[in-house]
Amino acid sequence: MSDKHEKDIDQISGVETTGHEWDGIKELNNPLPKWWLYTFYATILFAIGYTIVYPSWPFPSGDGWTYVKGTADYAQRTDVAEEIGAVKAEQAKYVDEIRSADFAAITANDELHDFALQGGKAAFGDNCAGCHGSGAQGFTGFPNLNDDDWLWGGTIDAIYTTIQHGIRSETDPETRLSDMPRFLADGILDRDGVLDVTEYVLSLSGKAEDEARVARGAVIYEEQCVACHMEGGAGSHDLGAPKLSDAIWLYGGDRAAVYETVAYARRGVMPAWAGRLDEATIKQLALYVYSLGGGEAAPVESMESR
Amino acid sequence: MGCDGATEVGTGRGKSASTLIFTILFSVLALGGVVVSAGAWDSVMQLHALLFAAFCVGAVVFLGSDTLNTPEGAYRERVVRAGVIASTFWGVVGFIVGLVIALQLAFPALNLDTSFTNFGRLRPLHTSAVIFAFGGNVLIATSFYVVQKTSRASLFGNGLSWFVFWGYQLFIVMAATSYLMGATQGREYAEPEWHVDLWLTVVWVSYLVVFLGTLMKRKEPHIYVANWFYLGFIVTIAMLHLGNNLAVPISPFSSRSVALFSGVQDALIQWWYGHNAVGFFLTAGFLAIMYYFVPKAVGRPVYSYRLSIIHFWALIFLYIWAGPHHLHYTALPDWSQTLGMVFSVMLWMPSWGGMINGLMTLSGAWDKLRTDPVVRMMVVSIAFYGMSTFEGPLMSIKAVNSLSHYTDWTIGHVHSGALGWVAYVSFGAIYCLAKWCWGRKQLYSTRLVEWHFWVSTLGIVLYISSMWVAGIMQGLMWRAYDNLGFLKYSFVESVEQMHIYYVIRAGGGLLFVIGSLIMAFNIYKTIKGDVRKGEEVIEPALSAAE
Repeated sequence: MSDKHEKDIDQISGVETTGHEWDGIKELNNPLPKWWLYTFYATILFAIGYTIVYPSWPFPSGDGWTYVKGTADYAQRTDVAEEIGAVKAEQAKYVDEIRSADFAAITANDELHDFALQGGKAAFGDNCAGCHGSGAQGFTGFPNLNDDDWLWGGTIDAIYTTIQHGIRSETDPETRLSDMPRFLADGILDRDGVLDVTEYVLSLSGKAEDEARVARGAVIYEEQCVACHMEGGAGSHDLGAPKLSDAIWLYGGDRAAVYETVAYARRGVMPAWAGRLDEATIKQLALYVYSLGGGEAAPVESMESR
Repeated sequence: MGCDGATEVGTGRGKSASTLIFTILFSVLALGGVVVSAGAWDSVMQLHALLFAAFCVGAVVFLGSDTLNTPEGAYRERVVRAGVIASTFWGVVGFIVGLVIALQLAFPALNLDTSFTNFGRLRPLHTSAVIFAFGGNVLIATSFYVVQKTSRASLFGNGLSWFVFWGYQLFIVMAATSYLMGATQGREYAEPEWHVDLWLTVVWVSYLVVFLGTLMKRKEPHIYVANWFYLGFIVTIAMLHLGNNLAVPISPFSSRSVALFSGVQDALIQWWYGHNAVGFFLTAGFLAIMYYFVPKAVGRPVYSYRLSIIHFWALIFLYIWAGPHHLHYTALPDWSQTLGMVFSVMLWMPSWGGMINGLMTLSGAWDKLRTDPVVRMMVVSIAFYGMSTFEGPLMSIKAVNSLSHYTDWTIGHVHSGALGWVAYVSFGAIYCLAKWCWGRKQLYSTRLVEWHFWVSTLGIVLYISSMWVAGIMQGLMWRAYDNLGFLKYSFVESVEQMHIYYVIRAGGGLLFVIGSLIMAFNIYKTIKGDVRKGEEVIEPALSAAE
């Protein structure tokens, strides 16, 4: 330090200060800690080394800019493409077979079936879990896929068709489409009528409280509902009409929810996945959903063809 | 002292003319605000133009009042006092909003299904409230105090310094209302739209003028290290703010604008800004606080002048290049990612230079850690600073980043810096300023500072440890493949696993909020001049001889 500064030794540490003082604050003239300095140098050396090996410093070349390519010949895009390519190649033999084989053939081949279920689970997590839940447990308005209650059928083929074409999809002419009238909103029934038929529907699962309404509701049911929901509320897979006699309800089975459904109808949607997902993935999804526990046995003729 | 008096008189004489000019100016601006509000295309601009008009009317009233003409001592402390109160207020507000959004993540029903209260709008409200409203007010208040004291000169620009203070509050209110009304540029930590950005630019340039003006009239031959850091922070933030907010408004009457850059260039500019908001706002600025308040509070000299000069320049030079590490494994070219990473690694020691200088300043006074909870708070803040500035370079390494990126580990990292470092060193400074600026011999209660310290520290530990566990778990779940090459977990499954950690994190946040409320009470009582029963410090008889 220049001699203009008065020498000043800090009493406690015995170290010289710089001789400056600001609002009572002084500065000791300690040297840089050695370990600090050498670690700093080490990080700089690491940085230099790393930039030699990997793509780094940009510089002008010709009419544009380029950069040091690095001795490791590394490029992130190539790297990730190779990694994905390797996995795809591993999977290819299974995927190709799944694409061409029918469901019976896939389920008959344990190795292939296992692959399909695992792939189906992954695809389900990415595409379906958002609505159906990660355990396919469903939510109000989104069907539970673990139980044995199916709107459009629970055979592998039926599930496959549903996934391919979706429910009430606006983009797929072959989509699953059922169109229950909005009985109150469309003026088919008055409020009392809706209450009556609601009570009748509740009676099918033993929850009715007003016998008079049940009796009146039964008449309305015969006129308005039985064509789709069938005798005794058995429902129909062909028409996508839910079974009304069990304890499983998509939109809730209490009086208010059923009233709401009859009065205004519910029109849930699912996208058509054909085109969004490839054929093999949709097949894997169908097999996976079928495996969740509630799948229905395949019809007899396909059992024979096995 | 006599010299100071002379300047006071000097400014006093010119006052009438300049007061008239500014009264006219603010009146015209108020009118302009009303006009813009009347013709506004959207409700955000309508409200903001009215707020601006109200601000200008307030300025006219302020100019007409005696505030600017009331003489102060050798130093202007009233604007600092205002800053201390504003800091405490915004701190508590920002922490509470943070707690709310932490609870929203744990219990989504708390989004309340209205657009005003959903997470997407409250999250920027939280980040801006704690960084800019709390942190910014602390920085402005402490810098106004420190630059005067270490320059032995009163603050340059009496009216201008008040303009900076109130103008900054207007910026905060406009930013906060924007978010709640859904107006955002969608740039993290730079969400406010063009008109708010322009206003902040005016305020910030005024801030620079006040700070530089004070430095220029200093009576010390050298500029103290804290002021280098403050100046570095003010200048760089101005540059970053301008760079990242280049946008074309669709109309002077609309709050909407179109960004100048697009694609990956836009992303790079954003993270050049974002990372250096951390580097210059939350690091350089608060290091300045440390460099003044730690030696002042412990009564010991700064450990090493040489270290301060080397780590200052190394920090300033290296930080500005580190932004690309926020865009690892994205469309950003490889070469840029590499450079972002190595500059971050090289930042480790320059950052630690500040930690060494802060901690070693206590040598010869370590006993204060036991006896003075305010000092302990600041020392713990330095320890957290050291921890997060090690963690930062570590997370910038691409291999580590491939695990940590997009996970809550990042949130944990940010909060070890934000709660542990930024907030704690700020609390230390606020406690000191409450004593010094109001001329109190002691705080209302040192025991309450103890409570604040331990409650908040427990909160921080819960917060960051839960986020470490949660973040690493998330990262591992996202990259887990099964033997057939399929992803093992869906995203939703990783979200389900987060619940308990989100609850723990909210618990940590709650403790931190409680701590800040204890502080607010203590500060309020200190300002009032109360001393808690049984805590009166008896003046040692020999103190005069010291």
